[in-house]
Parts: sequence; C-alpha cells; structure tokens
Amino acid sequence: MTALIYPADAKVRLELTVNGERRVGEAEPRMLLVHFIREVLGLTGTHVGCDTSNCGACTVVLNGRAVKSCTVFAVQANGGSLLTVEGLARKGRLHPIQEGFWEKHGLQCGYCTPGMMMAAYDLLQKNPDPTEEEIRRAISGNLCRCTGYVKIVEAIQYAAQKLRSDPSWRSGGD
Amino acid sequence: MTEMPVIHGMGSAVKRKEDVRFIQGRGTYVDDISLPGMVYLDFVRSPYAHARIRSINTEKAKGAPGVVAVITGKDLQPLGLDWIPTLSGDKMMVLPTEKVVFQMQEVVGVVAESRYAAADAVKLVEVDYEPLPVVIDPKKALEEGSPIVREDKRTNHVFHWEAGDREATDRLFEQADVVVGQDMYYQRIHVSYMEPCGCVAYYDSVKGTLTIWMTTQAPHVVRTVASLITKIPENKIRIISPDIGGGFGGKVYVYPGYIVAAVASIATGRPVKWVNDRSDDHPSTAFARDFHMRAELAARKDGTLLAFRVKAVSDHGAFFGDANPSKFPFGLFSICTGSYDLKAAFVEVDGAYTNKPQGGIAYRCSFRVTEAVYAIERLVDIMAHKLGVDPAELRLKNFIPPERFPYRSVMGWVYDSGNYAGALKKAMEKIGYEELRREQEEKRKRGELMGIGISSFTEIVGAGPSHTFDILGIKMFDSAEIRIHPTGKVIARFGTRSQGQGHETTYAQIIAEELGIPIEDITVEEGDTDTAPYGLGTYASRSTPTAGAAAAVASRKIREKAKKIAAHLLEAREEDVVWERGRFYVKGAPAKYKTIQDVAFAAYTNPPPGMEAGLEAVHYYDPPNMTFPFGSYICVVDVDRGTGEVKVRRFVAVDDCGNIINPLIVDGQIHGGLTMGFGTAFMEEISYDQDGNVYGANFMDYTIPTAVETPKWETDKTVTPSPHHPLGAKGVGESATVGSPAAFVNAVVDALWPLGVTHIDMPLYPWKIRRLLEEKGYALDK
Amino acid sequence: MFVIPDRFSYTVAHSVEEAVELLHTLEDSKVLAGGQSLIPFMKLGYASPKSLVDINPIPNLDYLDDSGESLKIGALTRISRLCGSELVAKDYPLIHDAALQIADPLVRNLGTFGGNVCHADMGNDLPAVCLAMNAEMVASGSSGQRVLAAEDFFVDRFTTLLAPDELLTEVRIPKNRRGCGGAYLKLERRVGDYAIVGVAAQLEVDDDGVCRSAGIGLTSASTKPIKASEAESWLVGKSISDEVLDKASTLAMNASNPLSDIRGPAEYKKAMVKVLTHRALNLAYKRARGGLS
Repeated sequence: MTALIYPADAKVRLELTVNGERRVGEAEPRMLLVHFIREVLGLTGTHVGCDTSNCGACTVVLNGRAVKSCTVFAVQANGGSLLTVEGLARKGRLHPIQEGFWEKHGLQCGYCTPGMMMAAYDLLQKNPDPTEEEIRRAISGNLCRCTGYVKIVEAIQYAAQKLRSDPSWRSGGD
Repeated sequence: MTEMPVIHGMGSAVKRKEDVRFIQGRGTYVDDISLPGMVYLDFVRSPYAHARIRSINTEKAKGAPGVVAVITGKDLQPLGLDWIPTLSGDKMMVLPTEKVVFQMQEVVGVVAESRYAAADAVKLVEVDYEPLPVVIDPKKALEEGSPIVREDKRTNHVFHWEAGDREATDRLFEQADVVVGQDMYYQRIHVSYMEPCGCVAYYDSVKGTLTIWMTTQAPHVVRTVASLITKIPENKIRIISPDIGGGFGGKVYVYPGYIVAAVASIATGRPVKWVNDRSDDHPSTAFARDFHMRAELAARKDGTLLAFRVKAVSDHGAFFGDANPSKFPFGLFSICTGSYDLKAAFVEVDGAYTNKPQGGIAYRCSFRVTEAVYAIERLVDIMAHKLGVDPAELRLKNFIPPERFPYRSVMGWVYDSGNYAGALKKAMEKIGYEELRREQEEKRKRGELMGIGISSFTEIVGAGPSHTFDILGIKMFDSAEIRIHPTGKVIARFGTRSQGQGHETTYAQIIAEELGIPIEDITVEEGDTDTAPYGLGTYASRSTPTAGAAAAVASRKIREKAKKIAAHLLEAREEDVVWERGRFYVKGAPAKYKTIQDVAFAAYTNPPPGMEAGLEAVHYYDPPNMTFPFGSYICVVDVDRGTGEVKVRRFVAVDDCGNIINPLIVDGQIHGGLTMGFGTAFMEEISYDQDGNVYGANFMDYTIPTAVETPKWETDKTVTPSPHHPLGAKGVGESATVGSPAAFVNAVVDALWPLGVTHIDMPLYPWKIRRLLEEKGYALDK
Repeated sequence: MFVIPDRFSYTVAHSVEEAVELLHTLEDSKVLAGGQSLIPFMKLGYASPKSLVDINPIPNLDYLDDSGESLKIGALTRISRLCGSELVAKDYPLIHDAALQIADPLVRNLGTFGGNVCHADMGNDLPAVCLAMNAEMVASGSSGQRVLAAEDFFVDRFTTLLAPDELLTEVRIPKNRRGCGGAYLKLERRVGDYAIVGVAAQLEVDDDGVCRSAGIGLTSASTKPIKASEAESWLVGKSISDEVLDKASTLAMNASNPLSDIRGPAEYKKAMVKVLTHRALNLAYKRARGGLS
C-alpha cells in the first residue's frame, strides 16, 4: 500500500494558495479548516458562529466553491486554493461585493458579513444576473441576526450590476 | 458665501464609517484577539438540571497534555468569587461548590495551551452528581412543597410586583359591558447573536492591572462591579468592549466565563481566552421572555376601552439577573396600557426561580415592553373580534389623540409625543387595507384562510431619568466627551457601546450637525473604560435618547466657547456674531466669517485673553423623561389548510422614532427587529422536559430565520419629534421586536377566528395550526 | 465543552481500489467524501472513527451519464452539480427537486450523492428518491463489485447493506421516458433544516393518464427511509384522479411510522405524509402529462 497515512497526532505540513499567495502551515488531521485559517494563517476575517454547520459565518471559497470552513478539515485543503474575505479586494480596490455591502447598509455588527460576501461571490460567479429569489436562496446557508436580509439582498444586487458592467473584475479569481 | 463642505448631519442617509473594516474582514472581535502566551479556558458543564455535587476529580485533567490550570468552585470560594452579585440585586454562582441548578451550568474551568487541548481535558474531569428533584414549571415552583432551587432562599418566589390601581380597575371591570380575557404564554427564546460570548482576560502582575476584552454592552458598569467584587482598585481595571457581533441584551449579563478567565489569568500570569461554542452559549446564557400571563380588557359596548389588568408569573431561572432598573423588577411592563386612553389598569407579576439558566433579560425588549405590547395588542384584537368591530376601527377610536400629549397614563408614565392614528392610517393606506378586507371576505366564502393582523404599539425607551432609574444604584445617565484638535478634527468618546447600531456614524452625524464639521473629520470611540466617559451602555434603545443627547449638549457647550473665540477673531461683540452650521459671521456682514476650523486653531494659538486654551466639552446627560417611539404594523397571512403552514404575504411597518439621524440605519434596525419578531412568532423556542433537559440548545435545533423565509419587509415613517430631547429624536432599536409579534399572531388568529379560535401561543408551528384545524373540522388532507 | 472531533488518522485514496484496501486494513475507518453529514456528527461526538479515508481525489467518480440504459450518477457527484444540470432538471425532476432542497447551497457544494445515501439518516433526502425511482446501488469492496437494489440497501438508521470496506461508486436510475414525471416535496421548519417529512413521488402514466408504474419514498417517516410499496402497487392500472390520489396517499401514510421530536409530533408527521404524498403525486402527474423527451 502506497498511501500515506497521517497518524492522529501528526502535524501535517500543508501547502496551499491563500488569496493568491503561497502559504505553508501545520495542522493535526482533526483541525477544522476555519481554525487553521484563523489561528495558523492568522486571517481572522473568517468567523465562527456556531458548531452545527448552520450559520455560514465561516464561509470561504475553496478550490472555486463556497464552503463552510467549519465543516472541512484543514488537511483536505492541502494543495488547494483558498479565497477568504481578505482576498476580495485587489490592490487596494474594494471588490464590488464589498462596495455593495457598504453602499447599501448590508451589515450592522459585521459578524456574518465575510461569510455572506463569500456566498455572494459564489452566486455571482455562477449566476451574474440573479433574481431576488435566487439571491435569497443563495444566502440561505448564511444566518444574519441584525439586518433582516433586505439590505443584504440590495447589496448583492448592486454588486451584480457592477460586476456585469465592469469586466476587469471577471478575470482572475481564487 | 463660499461653498460649505458636505457634512452629513442629521437626516443624512450616509453610508457607515465603521463598515470599512468589517467589509475587509478587519473587525476586532474578542476571538480575534491574540496575546503572547495566551491560553484557553473551557468548561465542564452539568448534564443535570438539579444535582448535588458529591465530588470532583480533576487529577486526570490536570495531567492532560497542555493543561495549565483547573479551577473549581472550591478554588473561588476563598476569593469570595464563587458567588457574585447580579444586576438585579440577587446573586449568582460563578462555579458551584454544593450543587448545580441548571443543565449546562459551568462546573469546572479547564485552562490549556490550545482550545483543542482544553476541550480534550474537559472530558477527563470526573464529577459525581446526585440528581435532585427538578422544578421546571414556574407556577409549580411557587406552590407549597416544590423543590427549592436556591439553598440560600426559603422559597422559589423571587418577587411580587404590582403597578396601577387595583380597586379602580376592578370597579371598571364590574361596570363594563364587555370583558375579554386570555391566558397567554410568551415563550422562552434566545437572542442568538451571531458571535457567542467570550473574553480575553489579562492580569499584569507587574503593573497590578486587570484588562479584559469582553463581549459586553456595558463596560463601565462591569468595571465598577468587578472592582467591588475582586477588590482590585477601579483605576487598575480596564474593560475593553471591542467590536461586538450582536448583543441584543444578551451581552449585558456578567457570565461565569469572564470571572473564571480573570481568576485564571491572575493564577497563571498569562492572558486567558474564553469563547463559548454555540452549544455552550445557547443553553447557558441569559434567555428572554418565558412569561405566563392572564390578560383581561374591559370595554363599553360602543367599543370604548376602559380598563386592563394582567396577572402573570415570570420564570427567572436559577438566578434573578435581569438588567432592569432597580425599582422595576419587571421592567417597564406597566407601559401595557399602550397607545390607548385607558381609564384604569392594574398588573401584578410574581417571579419564580426554576432549574433553568437566568431568564428574562432584555432581549431587544426595552425592559419587558415586548411582553406588555403583546398583552395589550392581543387583547385589543380579541376585543375587536368579540365586538364584531374592525380591529383598525377599534384602535382608531381609542388611540390617545395628538392634542393630549404630553400624556400621563394611568400607570404614571408621561408619554412625550405621539400620533398613533397618523401611523396606523399610513400603514393601512400603504397595504391597501380596505381592499384586503374585501379579499378576505371573498376568500372566506371559498374556504380559504387569510388573516390580517395589526399591532399599534407604544414603546418606552431611553432609560432613564435619575429620579426614577438606576441599576445597582448607578443612575442611568449617559455621556459624551468631545474634543476638537487644532486642525479642526474631532475625537468623541461615549459611555455607550454599539454592537451593530452604527454609533461611529450616527454620533458623528449629530456632532456634524451641531458643529458643522464633516463626519469624515470626526472619530467616534466607545467601549474602552480607560478612555471613555462613564456610561451605562447600549441596550433598551437608550443610546440616542441619552448619549445622543449628551453629544448634542456637549457640542453646544463647545459652540458657546467657540462663539467667544470667533467674536475675538472677528473683532466683534459676541452678541453680533451669528452661527450658521460650520461658521460664525458678523450680523449683517456675512462675508466676514470664521469657520469652526479657524476657531479650533485659534483655541490653541490665539485664544482671547484670560480664556483657557482648548476646545472640548464633556456632558453627562440626565434625560428628563423617557422617549416614546411608536408605530403601526400590519401583517397579511395565508394559512395552508393541509400543512398548517403560515405564509406571511405582506408586512407593512410604519415607525415613528422622532427626528431621524440616519434613515438607512433606522431601516436596518427595523428590518432586523421584524425578522426577530418573525422568528419569535413562528419558529423560535427554548423548551425543557420534566427532567430539565433543554431543547433548542444549538443552531441545528433552534431555528432562526434565513433569507428565504424572511418576508420582504415594507417600511415607512412618520416623524413626531420628542419635545424634550435636544435633537427631537427617540430610540428605535427595539421597536420592531417589540411591536411585531402581536401583528403576526393577530393575523393568524384573525384568519382562524371564524372557526372559533381566539388565541394560539407562539411559536405558531404548523403542527399547532394543523391541530386546531383538525379540532375545528377544517383540516384538508391534500 | 468545545465541539471538536476526537482524533483520527487521516489518509487519502487516489483510486477506488486503494480506497477499498485502506478501508479494509485500517481499523474503524470511515469514508470522507463531502463530509457534510460526517463532520458535523464527529464534532458532536456521535461518530468517532479512528481513521478517515479521504476519497475526494479519486478521479472519474463525479459524472452524470445518461448515454446508456439508465442514468448513471457517480457517487462523488456533488449535489450542486445535480442542481445545475439541465438534464436532471428536464428529465429527472424528482432528483432535481430533492437536490435543491438538501440543506443549503454551501453544503450542496461539497455534499455528494453517494454520501447522502450512505449516511442513511432518516433525514437525508436522497434515499427516499432512490427508493421511489427503484435505483440500483453499485458498490466496490474487497470481494469485488456488486449491484444492490435500493429497496434492500437501506437497513436502518445510519445503516446500509455496505460492508465496512465497501465503497459506493455509482447509483443507477432507470431511464425516464415519455410519460414519466416526479416530484419531491419537503416540509421543513425552515430552509436548511432536516425534513419534518419528505415525499419522493415518481409516476409513469400512459397517454390516457393511467398509471403504469409508481414509486413513493418517504423521508423522516420512520427510522429509515420508507418505500410505500402498497401505495405504489395499488396505483398501477388506476386512472389518476383526486380520489385515486387520496387513497394512494392514505396507503402511504399507513406505511409510515414517524417519531415525535423537536420537528413535530408523530401524529402531525403522519398526517403530513398523506398531505405531501397527495401533492407530490399530483405534481408528478402534471409533469408526466407535460411530457419528457
């Protein structure tokens, strides 16, 4: 058998691309990706809001898909590419999604916001011109207690329009 | 006159200043804080709701990898910290020495090098429990022979509280033509902020200082109480409330985690982080509501409402820790005469201890106003249906008319201003009320269940005037300290603490309005007790009424001094100098002016002879009265006769919070509050079985609304300024949570009224509706 | 009480054979696919496998192939792929409906068809779909490959016929022809929750609206997914009408025995099996009449 088996207490060396940069870190097999992101990579923009995979505050984009990083082991991300909220802006330019949330008052306490924006990112990659219903469905895995969602929907609609009209944001990605 | 800069003062829908960091993931929440040498605190929690602790064996845990300390109640006892005072004058266990009193109560603290090591070690602590009889029902708790929750008390009776005039009320009830009454239970729910509670505590033994970054809505009160109980001098304690991921009242309470973390830091010399997992937080931190009442309303047959009375039992769990003002153990419930000119009212409430965590905190309820509004608005609707009168008509007939303000209610509150009919009529027009009633008629004939529910609430916020309000003796003023730098930029600090309400923007807007300085030039800070002036914190919608007012008054003090400096610079007499937002000019010669920035510079470089340098002011504002925001909400529902599901088709909310600082932010507060009310009405509940096992203890079992179920809220405003507030503003943060549940329930009951249904307790689960439909023979099987 | 998993050893399989060998040799090992059911369980302490075999890198297990006699779905096919597939939306509306109602879009990005059926919680949605569609489950183990009928596959809560060292590789759905239609209805407290009850209905009707075959699978209606066989056989040969659907849905209800829990009392769930079965069959019928390619 040629497969490499990491023992339970192993410190697995992980190498992945994070927000376009090559990053290296260590994790035991059971370490959740969200803890790896926050504590090993030092990126605290991704938040922990629950422990039953319901709230979506930990949403990141892993290998091109928005996922709940509390429901993925860090070791699974080895060799992959990760986009977190810190990677949305480019060269100091806010991403249209970030702009939308700001313009439209799409946040209050800000705790669900990074996860919410990453879910919006995923939606707008697949569906550049979503209806309101499609937007609400796309963020149904992200709970918000402050905003009542109305302005989050407006924020994402703003971003969708901005992205459709500004092709410079289309290239590149995670 | 040259162009004045855009300052974004009162009324500007300017986007928020604080958002810049949040949208880039650069907020600093407690769990983001990392200090050198930091260790992690986790808790062993009780599986039993009521049990004696026979023994605790911590040897295995102490020897586990990475464990630095293990703390039990016996370790806290010699420090006098096993019990601490609550905000209501009761006391609460930090860690138990004799017995546990609710399921998931903290029992032992384990401190380790990493959170995973702490979690592993927690499993190694052995606690031997002897289960005791459990008391869950607060009514049973008040009966003779009930198990007693608290060994330091003789009974489970926490308090008896009355307000109003019993005799006058009873007399009117006897004389009335119509009396309606209803038993109602307002279920136990959880605030469910997205960020659980936590802290980082660091005791620096060299400096003798204790610093705690804490998820708290009231940092100064915490500092004072912490000093009193730990005996560490108050100038050596610093509480920092960093960015908070939602508070809603749940982060006012002082939880054992904060105390144990502080003690652990003192013991180990290292910074200690404690952050609840959701499954810890949800079943152990303070709950809201849990209130059993019988409410009755008396009227004349012409629909004139006469009197209201409520008898209630309130469940406080094992510790009475409500953050209510001390004279009001049941908060401001006596606002329950609501928007109506009632002639008499009487309420009596008995609080009970049960084997549950502390309950009854101010979850976005303005100190029990949610319960009060629910009581009166449900009863008014029941009365309308009983009389066969349209619920809107009955309300319009009985509203306190605008000319009666300031209005003294029979409960003694002086409502500052109101225009209830204006708000209701606006809501009715916006939703197309008449058309909807016609549609309902048609649908009823076809066997379709459609309902329309109204809630016309009056809120009472802004605690509060010193003659009536205090918490643990501390008066409920709030404060603003504003300083202008030589180059005209401003630093302003407040005694409140936003957890999402946007103070960094709204307070800047107030100062911008008063001083004519653009908000970009104004830095607002809150939450650090070393720098912020003393305040009582942010909850119960009090910030704008108190600290917002303080900002206005402090700004005006600054303007007074500024005027003198301007006169000096303009070489004019003070009485000839005119202020026009941002500049002073000489009366009759507007081209001769000095900007506020010119004045600021002069305050440091060229003050008038004999005048103290600098340009700043601090004000502690003692509100002369509460403020009374109000509104009318109308909800339209359709009920599925097969599944019992309720679909909220439309919801119109017309709110009046007086003069508005930022309409975007007000809308956001309303949307959020309506969503909480929606969750309360349809899907949220913490419940217990007879053994005290808790149900709804995490986000899988306890459902809060997602973007899919949440209706698309339609909001509008009326503006009726507060006559006593310096800006004419009132609070608004809680209006929607307070006012909306009754609208939802009224709508569903309205739909089912023809079947003989008068009430359904929240949450309005589909299975409850279906059960009623089956009972009434109205259920469909397809 | 931090909610973190117990320790486990971790290994990655790059082929089905390797995965089977690892499952065979490693003590107390479990498959890690999407992890969207397994990882939450491990965090809550309901599962503590000593090793995890990560099968995500295995190539050629993520496919939707209807070129042959049946629709073949690779076990690693992500739920989101099912949601976005035009083929599935057009020709297999039952699968499309169910996929869209599984958890939330983030979970669907990682969750797999195989994982959803192998986890076999009564609240998983795809088992009922497999039962309604008379699917075949293809598994590879140390004794080779075998094909199991969905009807036999689900043994009890969290228990399938799979041996501990067997890997589900493919699910085969009988090809939907003209006259076929299906629907999945799910009652939930709110989006993303497990079903209060769910009903998978598949119908094949002739040009006169007479039922040729029927499939009804029930989610959360017992400790394991239920195939309402009595209702299914009764429908064959009947001309679909309101009364017929009423009787069929009653038979389906009688086949269920749900438990009371935080999602509702048993009597309610049972009554809802009837309501939802009626509605799902109705919708399946409309789609069957609407015609497929």
